[in-house]
Amino acid sequence: MSPRRGLRQATYRQRVMRQQMHLDVRHDAVAGDETHPMDEMLREDRLPHIWCPGCGLGIALGCFIGALTKADLDLDKVAVVSGIGCTGRVAGYIKLDSFHTTHGRAIPFATGLKLANPELSVIVFSGDGDLVTIGGNHFIHAARRNVDLTIICVNNFNYGMTGGQAGSTTPIDARTSTTPYGNFEYPFNVSSLAAASGAVYVARWTVLHVRRLENAMIEALQKPGFSLVEIISPCPTGFGRRHGERTGLDTMRYYHKHGVITHGANVHEAGIKLGGDIVEGKFVDVDRPTFLQFREDGLSKALGRNDK
Amino acid sequence: MSRRVSRPSTGKQGVLEGEFFMLGDDACAEGAICAGCRFFAGYPITPATEIAQRMALRLPETDGIYVQMEDELASMNTIVGAAWAGVKAMTATSGPGFSLMMENLGLAIMMECPCVLVNVQRAGPSTGLPTLVGQGDMMQARWGSHGPYSIIALAPTSPQELFDLTIDAFNLSELYRLPVLVMTDAEVGHMTEKVVIPPYDEIERAERPRPAVPPEEYEPYRCPPGELVPPMAIAGEGYRFHTTGLTHDERGYPATADDRVQWSLVQRLIDKIEKNRDRIIRLAEDEMDGAEVVVVSYGIAARTALWPIEMARAEGIKVGLLRLITVWPFPEERIRELAGQVKAIVVPEINMGQIVLEVERCAAGKVPVISVPHPGGGIHKPEIVLAAIRRAAGRESDL
Amino acid sequence: MSRKEVRLSGFGGQGIVLSGMILGKAASIYDGKHATFTQSYGPEARGGACAAEVVINSQPVHYPHIVDPEVLVVMSQGAYNRYVPEFRESGLLIIDMDLVTVDEQAENHRILSIPATRIAEEMGQRVVANIVMLGFLATVTDLVSIDAMREAALTSIPKRTIELNTRAFEAGLEHGRKAMAAGVSG
Repeated sequence: MSPRRGLRQATYRQRVMRQQMHLDVRHDAVAGDETHPMDEMLREDRLPHIWCPGCGLGIALGCFIGALTKADLDLDKVAVVSGIGCTGRVAGYIKLDSFHTTHGRAIPFATGLKLANPELSVIVFSGDGDLVTIGGNHFIHAARRNVDLTIICVNNFNYGMTGGQAGSTTPIDARTSTTPYGNFEYPFNVSSLAAASGAVYVARWTVLHVRRLENAMIEALQKPGFSLVEIISPCPTGFGRRHGERTGLDTMRYYHKHGVITHGANVHEAGIKLGGDIVEGKFVDVDRPTFLQFREDGLSKALGRNDK
Repeated sequence: MSRRVSRPSTGKQGVLEGEFFMLGDDACAEGAICAGCRFFAGYPITPATEIAQRMALRLPETDGIYVQMEDELASMNTIVGAAWAGVKAMTATSGPGFSLMMENLGLAIMMECPCVLVNVQRAGPSTGLPTLVGQGDMMQARWGSHGPYSIIALAPTSPQELFDLTIDAFNLSELYRLPVLVMTDAEVGHMTEKVVIPPYDEIERAERPRPAVPPEEYEPYRCPPGELVPPMAIAGEGYRFHTTGLTHDERGYPATADDRVQWSLVQRLIDKIEKNRDRIIRLAEDEMDGAEVVVVSYGIAARTALWPIEMARAEGIKVGLLRLITVWPFPEERIRELAGQVKAIVVPEINMGQIVLEVERCAAGKVPVISVPHPGGGIHKPEIVLAAIRRAAGRESDL
Repeated sequence: MSRKEVRLSGFGGQGIVLSGMILGKAASIYDGKHATFTQSYGPEARGGACAAEVVINSQPVHYPHIVDPEVLVVMSQGAYNRYVPEFRESGLLIIDMDLVTVDEQAENHRILSIPATRIAEEMGQRVVANIVMLGFLATVTDLVSIDAMREAALTSIPKRTIELNTRAFEAGLEHGRKAMAAGVSG
């Protein structure tokens, strides 16, 4: 390792520490008794978290907490549901009613919560493998029904927790632990899948674009209906290092160079290719009655009920 | 933009009362409604479809929610989510769907979430005989989800009992915080008989234990001293609790480093059922005093055995019937007791021998246990069961 | 009353299933007996024959299926071909005379016939043929009382059709009385 390179790595580590300081090193000697603005929202007895250095999930969670506090919600009425995987651990760190369910099934679980108590704001926070691979059927059907859920899908193109296997979002040619010769399957474009299935709000941001990401989360939280925020996020351990991005910072640099902000872009042409640009922005923002509204209106007519 | 939509109620609006000539599946749905169920998520499957259809019709009339899911994985998960939002929730299925629900049955067990799963059993394996009866899922009901746990499963013999046991299932699920299985079958589900629905206010309805402490003191899996069922907060009340399918401590936090928490958690999940066996297990006994042969059966197989039992009695054989209303937990004590009293035990069931294994285990070689299997697709012909009773009594059978 | 078994048969769309439902309801709800109604599912429900099976007893019905019915109602030739060969000797066979041709297979049965479908058509609604048949069945057998059958029928059909169904039921009764007065033929 060259001295130059060692220096760069140290800088990277510092950067990562700074990014995540509020999450995992709040109580060391430097921080002292100071409380962090996000303390209220985190289960400090669950920290430190399990995520690798350079992972984007800390940023995604930071943006999420920012959005929750700014979205004018009664936080006692917020429920966070996760599936399985690194992103699935979010439900365990956030200090709200939170449910860590089975692999792929966060959306139907959240559907039950929301339909049984429409006063709840229900957010599904999970990964690409969980939501659109093993859980793909639920993802498209919840979007079709327009259940009032906010889906935050952190897409790192692989199964990180279990050692970097390929999934349905893995780009063509990508090397993973289960595609050692390259990936020969066509991947899902998560945002396109949601839009085609009926989502009323679809946005995609990388974790580099934290302000925009937080704003997108606020919009999604406030949008009635099935809304999706797709977060493109580094997984240096499972994915990046196999593609010339040894660290999370390398991936952030890639986002900086290749992130192309195009609001209203044709989401179906915004697929992600290895080495290609990442089109990001707000793709869909339309109004459609939610499942419960549609149902209530239909039943009022059918059963001759007064409008409630 | 945001319009208010109403929450499911638990009131008596729209609840039926009186005498009805009713399909078993419909009686199941009405039993659920009488129990306070106001949420159904399911996927149509013969012969359980009529339950979903009835719920689709009736829940809107009782301020409940019906939602048809994309598959049974979703159905099971959705009712677990709904139950965590505070409603009584149910799904209904048959063999293939039951298999798909197994993983998330485990989730409900692990999260200790009250809900009811009805299996209108048909003949398998696989797609099998979709319209015809089977009882081949009885062991799956006990062991079908991975890992160690205890479960409650009930077996009705008629539309009336399907109505009654569906109410019991909800009450047990609330009291012990677990999914309760109603293991009915295509015969009972598709049979129409008189069903008496009592007045709403006369029906006992149990509710899950609720936290008595403020949110800052609440731990979702801490039991009050001497108790085995922890109080249950629901989403949206300000408890800001966490629950997970991972092995978890009293706080609901994952504790996956070694087997210490696993020991105490799994032991309690089992104990809360097994140490309450006396309260949970219900049996129906007929002419057991002085019986030389006892037929042990459940569900439709126990009902159809009554005819050959009458024939055998007419021949002078002293036959008793022990009908398992509760199949799981299995009434081990009663079978052990019987094994010391009778000449033989006959076990007709519409599978190739499942509950007979439990009977044999408890009889422990003290008396012969005669299996009367049936692969599904029909009910036992009376003469088959009669022949087994004769053999058990040591009479020559002319069959 | 000891166990009685009845099979009602015809083809899909004739309201056979509803007929079984009404018969069972009449016995259990309005006559205070026990009744179990099941439908034939599986292969035999196809190919033109559709059947409803009703067991009536003053005691609880243990065995839910019919084993050896004493009354067989047949409203199609397909059902005749399917069910008459296995029908017990001296059993009561009731047929819709315009839809079923009787042959030597039925020579040992008591046969009563009624043009139920024609009567219904003359009322302008072929779909009430099953109700005509039930009126007839209530009169010529002692399975259920006439009042119970009428009550069960009229509480099982859409309210707006009560007048039509009442007329259909009464027409069936009338034919039944005539058949009884004429004595059993066949």
